[in-house]
Amino acid sequence: MDEISYAPAEGLLSFTWVLIALPALGAAILLLAGRRADKWGHWVGVTTIGAAFALALGLFGSLAGLEDKSAQLDLFTVIEVGSVKIDASLLFDPLSAVFCLLITGVGFLIHVYAVGYMAHDPGRRKFFAYFNLFAAAMLILVLGGNYFMTFVGWEGVGLASYLLIAFWQLKPAAATAGKKAFLTNRVADVGFLLAMFLMLGTLGTVDFAGVFNGAAELSTTTSLALGLLLLAAACGKSGQWPFQTWLPDAMEGPTPVSALIHAATMVTAGVYLIARSNVIFSLNPDVQTAVVVVGALTLLFGSIVGCAKDDIKRVLAWSTVSQIGYMFLAVGLGGGAFALGIIHLLAHGFFKAGLFLGSGSVMHAMNDQTDIRRFGGLWRKMPLTYATFAAGWLAIIGLFPFSGYFTKDPIIAAAFTREGWQGWVVGGAALLGAALTAFYMTRLFVLTFHGPKRWTEDVHPHESPAIMTGPLVLLGIGSLAAGGLMASPVTEWLTPVFGEHHEAHGHLTHLQVTVATTVAVVLGAALAWVLFRNGTDEVPRAAAWPVRLARADLGGEAVNRGVFERPSRLAASASVAMDGRVVDGAVNGLSAAIGGSSRRLLTLQTGFVRSYALSILSGAVIVVAALMVVVTQ
Amino acid sequence: MNPEYYLILAAALFCIGAVGVLVRRNSIVVFMCVELMLNAGNLTLVTFARTTGTVDGQVMAFFVMAVAAAEVVVGLAIIMSIYRSRRSASVDDANLLKA
Repeated sequence: MDEISYAPAEGLLSFTWVLIALPALGAAILLLAGRRADKWGHWVGVTTIGAAFALALGLFGSLAGLEDKSAQLDLFTVIEVGSVKIDASLLFDPLSAVFCLLITGVGFLIHVYAVGYMAHDPGRRKFFAYFNLFAAAMLILVLGGNYFMTFVGWEGVGLASYLLIAFWQLKPAAATAGKKAFLTNRVADVGFLLAMFLMLGTLGTVDFAGVFNGAAELSTTTSLALGLLLLAAACGKSGQWPFQTWLPDAMEGPTPVSALIHAATMVTAGVYLIARSNVIFSLNPDVQTAVVVVGALTLLFGSIVGCAKDDIKRVLAWSTVSQIGYMFLAVGLGGGAFALGIIHLLAHGFFKAGLFLGSGSVMHAMNDQTDIRRFGGLWRKMPLTYATFAAGWLAIIGLFPFSGYFTKDPIIAAAFTREGWQGWVVGGAALLGAALTAFYMTRLFVLTFHGPKRWTEDVHPHESPAIMTGPLVLLGIGSLAAGGLMASPVTEWLTPVFGEHHEAHGHLTHLQVTVATTVAVVLGAALAWVLFRNGTDEVPRAAAWPVRLARADLGGEAVNRGVFERPSRLAASASVAMDGRVVDGAVNGLSAAIGGSSRRLLTLQTGFVRSYALSILSGAVIVVAALMVVVTQ
Repeated sequence: MNPEYYLILAAALFCIGAVGVLVRRNSIVVFMCVELMLNAGNLTLVTFARTTGTVDGQVMAFFVMAVAAAEVVVGLAIIMSIYRSRRSASVDDANLLKA
């Protein structure tokens, strides 16, 4: 393998740090200016992120002109202990470039949308402050030139995610969901920390170049451990099995948050981490198998639960879980599939952001109703939202010639290239996932926009203002076109990161996979159309056990409750009992013993001088008698 | 004369004093009994000084007298102030230290 090295940043690229500083500055202004900024604060948020997008485009152009497609910028030293030196370094290379464009570009559109969406919220300034804080942290994450910087961003986005999920903190469900997301992520982040410790212990560095060049010498056990620890961290941030339960709950936050953080950008950080560490993951086939298993399992998990949910945002959340499963599957397959995962991630960023913003527009029109059984027939009332949502719907189910077709099909085809029975199992899972995706997305789409109207009398649906529909239209166009336009240029663009790869041949040819996928998708969509075109019951019908299981998140919550919550509660009550009975008992017992004996001794104090005199006398007699006995002997 | 007689007398005086302290309630009488006990002690000291032919015991007796005189001053002052505040000279009435 070639030695990996990154060229120092020059020219415009030495201003990469400004990309992070812009949204960070916006957040600082909004948070420090206080109420004074309530009137104009949101425009600071929009402007800084817009400027960051413009700068990202400029940097992208500069990078494209470079020979070796990388620019590393060492800002200052953070930690220097013995032989360990950790710099605050930034790395702008093809991978971080596409992420920067996605974050700032989609982020800008969602910021604009949020100006309209949050118009009547008293906390709008705070919202934009956190939103900018998130953008800054996410940019640190993808621009970090070593694992330490990535970790700084990683924790930063975790914090922003917590603040924004629990944005309406007076709502108990939102507060709980925020805490749940934070705690679940902390558990997974231990994996990231341990992985960094392992790198420092074995390689003495956390720099990307140092780690990737040294990784080949690591023992199989070490590389396995390293891969699995990073995978755990990635699973936590990306809501993959077994950490999936926090992501659907995160929908308690405002809809632009769901669109930007919990669909388009932050939750894809896990995919970024694995793609960035592609050298480590490619080393050990066992780690790759683990990633593939997690991806395949999660994509089925998410799409099955997605079929059973009735809350528009939760269906989209489970769909996010499932789509990120596809990305994990792709980056787990390794080789040429790394780029496929990233392309699907970019396309997903567009169409899922569009779908979420569309759902926000629907909620806006329906007095914050989120139950799809209460929608229906909205296409006539809100044509722009309908059209853009349709674009997202076509993109996600992956019909030719829309986005998903160019990004998801190759992943399914790549899954069939795995050797032996694994190829059939993984490929079959991916294919089934595509059919299920078509089913639940069509169900969502049809129940929301078609069929008889099922709203309550007091709701008067209307199209959203232009500041909201503008971003929707742009994202809708992106959803339709992005996949087809991006697929091959992005693959080529990412070659310096992932290396050259030739197309592998699998159990099925690409054409066969395409046909199979299209048939599966059409069947799934048609089934949903037939079942739901006339609406659905407004209360869930009693159903067979698979449906009940899917409605209960396939037992995800039950497992959390049984494995973590109940033992923790038991341990807590045992500690309370231990503290109350044993520790307090010992202390109270001791004081009671001393108090009791003192009380008994008190009775000796009669207050009669003559009785004291008697005791003095008898004492003296005893002393004298003892002296006499001793002396006479 | 046999010094034993003096010692027996001293013992008798001491016992009278001790019993008086224990059984009498009037604090003045109790005080006098205490003095009696001190003087019984003085008597033994002087007796032993005489038998051993040294002056140590006599010197000691003077010390005891001096201390007793000082003690009388303090003791009578206390009795006076207790009497003023409680209108009683009984030692059993002054039981503030009772638990």
